[in-house]
Amino acid sequence: MTDIPQIAAQPRNQWWDVWDQFKTHKGALIGAIFFVVILLGVIFGPWLWGIDATFIDIRSRNQGPSFAHPMGTDQLGRDSFARMMAGGRVSLAVGLTAMALAIGLGTLIGVIAGYFKRLDGLLMRTTDLFLALPLLPLLLVIIMLFRDKLNAAFGPEGGIFILMVSAIGATSWMQTARIVRGDVLAIKEREFVLAARSIGTPNRRMITRHILPNVLSPIMVSATLGIANAIITESALSFLGLGFPPDFPTWGRLLFDSVDYLQQYPERVMWPGLAISLTVLSVNYMGDGLRDALDPKIRGR
Amino acid sequence: MFTFTIRRLILTIPTLLFISLVLFTIVKLSPSDPTGNLPLTIPPEVREKIRESLGVNKPLLIQYLLWLKQFFWLEPRIFLEHSFGWNLGTADETRLISYQTRSPVMDLIVQRLPQTLWVVGVAYLVGTLIALPIGIISAYKQYSVFDQLGTLVSMIGFSVPPFFSGVLVIVIFSVMIPSDSYFWLPSIYDTTHEVTDWASFKYQFRQMIMPVMVLALQITAQISRFTRASMLDNLNQDYVRTARAKGLKEKTVVLVHVLRNSMIPVVTVIALGIPSIFGGAIITEQVFKVNGLGQLLIIAIQGGDVPTVQTLTFIFAILIVLFNLIADVLYGILDPRIRYD
Repeated sequence: MTDIPQIAAQPRNQWWDVWDQFKTHKGALIGAIFFVVILLGVIFGPWLWGIDATFIDIRSRNQGPSFAHPMGTDQLGRDSFARMMAGGRVSLAVGLTAMALAIGLGTLIGVIAGYFKRLDGLLMRTTDLFLALPLLPLLLVIIMLFRDKLNAAFGPEGGIFILMVSAIGATSWMQTARIVRGDVLAIKEREFVLAARSIGTPNRRMITRHILPNVLSPIMVSATLGIANAIITESALSFLGLGFPPDFPTWGRLLFDSVDYLQQYPERVMWPGLAISLTVLSVNYMGDGLRDALDPKIRGR
Repeated sequence: MFTFTIRRLILTIPTLLFISLVLFTIVKLSPSDPTGNLPLTIPPEVREKIRESLGVNKPLLIQYLLWLKQFFWLEPRIFLEHSFGWNLGTADETRLISYQTRSPVMDLIVQRLPQTLWVVGVAYLVGTLIALPIGIISAYKQYSVFDQLGTLVSMIGFSVPPFFSGVLVIVIFSVMIPSDSYFWLPSIYDTTHEVTDWASFKYQFRQMIMPVMVLALQITAQISRFTRASMLDNLNQDYVRTARAKGLKEKTVVLVHVLRNSMIPVVTVIALGIPSIFGGAIITEQVFKVNGLGQLLIIAIQGGDVPTVQTLTFIFAILIVLFNLIADVLYGILDPRIRYD
């Protein structure tokens, strides 16, 4: 008589395996920690830091870094540190919201195109057309055109925020749609889908219960990379002077404003530039680690 | 292969027409008035006449068809007239007129095209030439220090946007380094500069370093990663083992057998990347004050110059569609396993 070997002591959630694999990727771990720190910093920082981002103290303008102003002050005496935190709040909010929109749109189109054969051709041709559009020029044009109308409807800050998020979201869903469609096409042919269909699962539940959980990992990876893309696009638009209004700081806008003082105060462009670059770098590393961690073929090796 | 190319070529026509309609309509929706920049002393009825002469009172569809005719029929003929001295009877037809400068849009584009092409082209060449060796060595010495370093550099290239890397090199090389130093570089790209002798060539070289390297960093990041992945795919293949087993030199195995096969996807990626670098050049041109196409687009957008914006965005779209086609055809020609018919 042989004992039945104890295979697994206790059932373990698969996300713990993902986390274990993610931890082994040093760059990804550092990136994730950095991103969380930045995120917490821009959410809670402005409350903890006493100086308001728009408070003008004209007597202490153009100061270098000091104890009272760790990043110095700008040409109107506003505290650069407070402005960086306020700007990061907007930049990250735009990045996360635009990413959510792009991923939602991309997943929707990808799943529909992959699952319903009849719509596949039409939706994929639309995706190809969107991919053939020159995106940066188009974004510039869209923002220029609709800025005034939306500003009138939602106020200067709300209007440009909605415009920015929807414009970036509407022009960056295509990659996700393509990846998701490819995965859905492959999963649709698997036996468990056939089994589920044979017991009469309706399409709606088929997608939500069987298809979507299986395409979650590529969606999560493209979501991380989408944040990076959205932050860069927002900053690029602000840098070209077509973003948020001047008294409303974002990292791109701060960089754009600092370029005018490049000769006198070259250190001023560093803060927003470094913030954008390091955030995007950390997000990219996070996506890299996530891709490895979510791949069951690599996991456990 | 030939029929595939023809089929793809024919398919680009409806694609381009659709894209042009989308772009035309979006730009046309703008509230900008072509007479908005004119002096206030012009009476309203004259303004109305000007609008009429520019054709902005007609229905949208008529305007679109007129624009198509100007873009695809009139402008190519004018181009032929200029380049060969023929007379095709275009003198009395209305060309696409920029609202801002009142000169034909195509003339503006032709004036600014060489600067953009020169900077972008050199950057693309430099970027690719740097990327290929990095990719090959990183793949051959996978997980070595060189590979780790290459990964880091390309991650930085992906993450640092050109509007920061450009400003950063300006701070370092034009602001911090004194202007009489040998390492000082001009922060503004002077397009009127002409190369006549050695000294002027040296100046041209110096002023090109920064914009070219900023653009090249982005290109290098992308292409070196791709070359590495493609080389890694091939290095573990059976034919590589066979080549080694029959005693070929390591250099021959890597640089002839593996490299040739790895280059197939890389070449298509290089072709696909060309249009996007024009988009990236918009920002770089703005940073270094290059008066190229990107800067023209920004000025036109800010000034509400509808015809210029329409034409420029459409030219960018043509580039994307064209290089997609080139990449597809190249892939088929290079890889005998992929023949589309």
